[in-house]
Amino acid sequence: MTKPIVIIGAGQAGLQTAEALRAEGWDGGILLLGEEPHAPYHRPPLSKAYMLGEYSEAQLTIRGAEALAKKSIELRTGTRVAAIDRAAGEVVLAGGERIAYHGLVLATGSRARPLPFEGGTLPGVFALRTLDDCRAISAALEKAEGVAVIGGGFIGLEFAAVARKKGKPVVVFEAADRLMARVVAPLISDFYAGLHRRNGVELYLDAHVSGIAGRDGHAFAVRSGTGVDFVADLIIAGIGIIPNVELAKEAGLECEGGIVVDPCGRTADPRIVAAGDCTATRLADGRLRRLESVQNAVEQGKAAAAALMGREKPFLAPPWFWSDQYDVKLQMVGLSAGHDRVVVRGSVDDGKFTAFYFREGRLIGMDSANRAQDHMAGRKLIERGLTPTPEQAADESFALNALLA
Amino acid sequence: MPKVTYIEPSGNQVEIDVPVGWSVMQSAMSNGVEGIEAECGGSCACATCHCYVESHADVVPAAGETELSMLGNVVAERKPNSRLCCQIKMTPELEGLVVRFPDAQS
Repeated sequence: MTKPIVIIGAGQAGLQTAEALRAEGWDGGILLLGEEPHAPYHRPPLSKAYMLGEYSEAQLTIRGAEALAKKSIELRTGTRVAAIDRAAGEVVLAGGERIAYHGLVLATGSRARPLPFEGGTLPGVFALRTLDDCRAISAALEKAEGVAVIGGGFIGLEFAAVARKKGKPVVVFEAADRLMARVVAPLISDFYAGLHRRNGVELYLDAHVSGIAGRDGHAFAVRSGTGVDFVADLIIAGIGIIPNVELAKEAGLECEGGIVVDPCGRTADPRIVAAGDCTATRLADGRLRRLESVQNAVEQGKAAAAALMGREKPFLAPPWFWSDQYDVKLQMVGLSAGHDRVVVRGSVDDGKFTAFYFREGRLIGMDSANRAQDHMAGRKLIERGLTPTPEQAADESFALNALLA
Repeated sequence: MPKVTYIEPSGNQVEIDVPVGWSVMQSAMSNGVEGIEAECGGSCACATCHCYVESHADVVPAAGETELSMLGNVVAERKPNSRLCCQIKMTPELEGLVVRFPDAQS
């Protein structure tokens, strides 16, 4: 009997790779190993619709048991892999069981970065990463008297918006001088600072948190570097993620801020590919591209499956992301870092605008707030290397789609 | 539970009971209907749950602004009955709804 393709990690990347393997014609076994007790589920709604109570847990499921069975994908949940034995071509489970693989997919994901100060693990302090995290947070939120969010990135700010919608007092601490600084340009950061403040969030930028104070064994207050205590009994740590590279590293695969793969998802071992949050992609010019997004999980999954079947389907498209906060949908495409000119279409004051980022006259990125039509056109423009003039970008009557014809 | 008939790109028809309150996308995905990707999980952010609504034209609530904008760049042909099915919530009035998936989503 042929050995199965084993996939470590049953998140969106792992599941996508499994389904793409079927689409690529792999008719052997596929074994999907998940550490969490759940079938693959959509993570993005966790900090939004699920937390607001608009989605049940069942509605988060990507594929149910029958759908997996239909594609002969065997799912084993609650299963931790302890090691990869590349010489033997086997994975070793935590219980000692060894499973031989024909090919191996690393879709191990990432975990929340722990708070690096005193009190960071007190009850009442949560990371927002998994369904189980969110079950606990959701219960705590109902009773919470004060909410603090440490880290002004997407996760923390989406949660802050939910907590405000539920009428809770919310304070947000961000170490940088602006929100979501790693991904968006200052114009967008400023817009979001205003949006959160208008919705009643107490927002501190350039904020240094020195620790979390406890009382009766539970988080009680966030202590600022200036010695001020902000009382909060529900504290969300949103200071970034750490890719889960340990298995790969111990197996001798190259890791550098992620499991290093080429644009086809290949590691240096021809039998091992990787996809999703756990990876860092080495581009042709030697730079590493690290993305944490649904698009990356899906597209790398497709590329990795093709690679295992001996086909090259590199994922090189411009990255896109989105974030829902209050009634504003922010959609981003490309990367604005290094831009030398910003042009705005629409009205920032009305919360309906797109920022176009240019470098040396070329469009390199777009951030759209409640302007999905611009974003969707932008994905195609940037992928094809097409550029509107700054004048066209600013002119609402100019149809961006006209450039795609 | 109201039933929805999904027509896959091959023409194959799948009838599924959809819980009231679920989106037409969620049942298609969890049951493994072919022809839908729904990458973003129902956030109206990816436009990969494009469908053609083949019945109940007067009963299905109209598309919102974001959905209409996203429909502007779907991969398959956009028709007057094009919708993103993550935005269609199941109600008893939609019993017997028929939706067809296009050949391509991405």
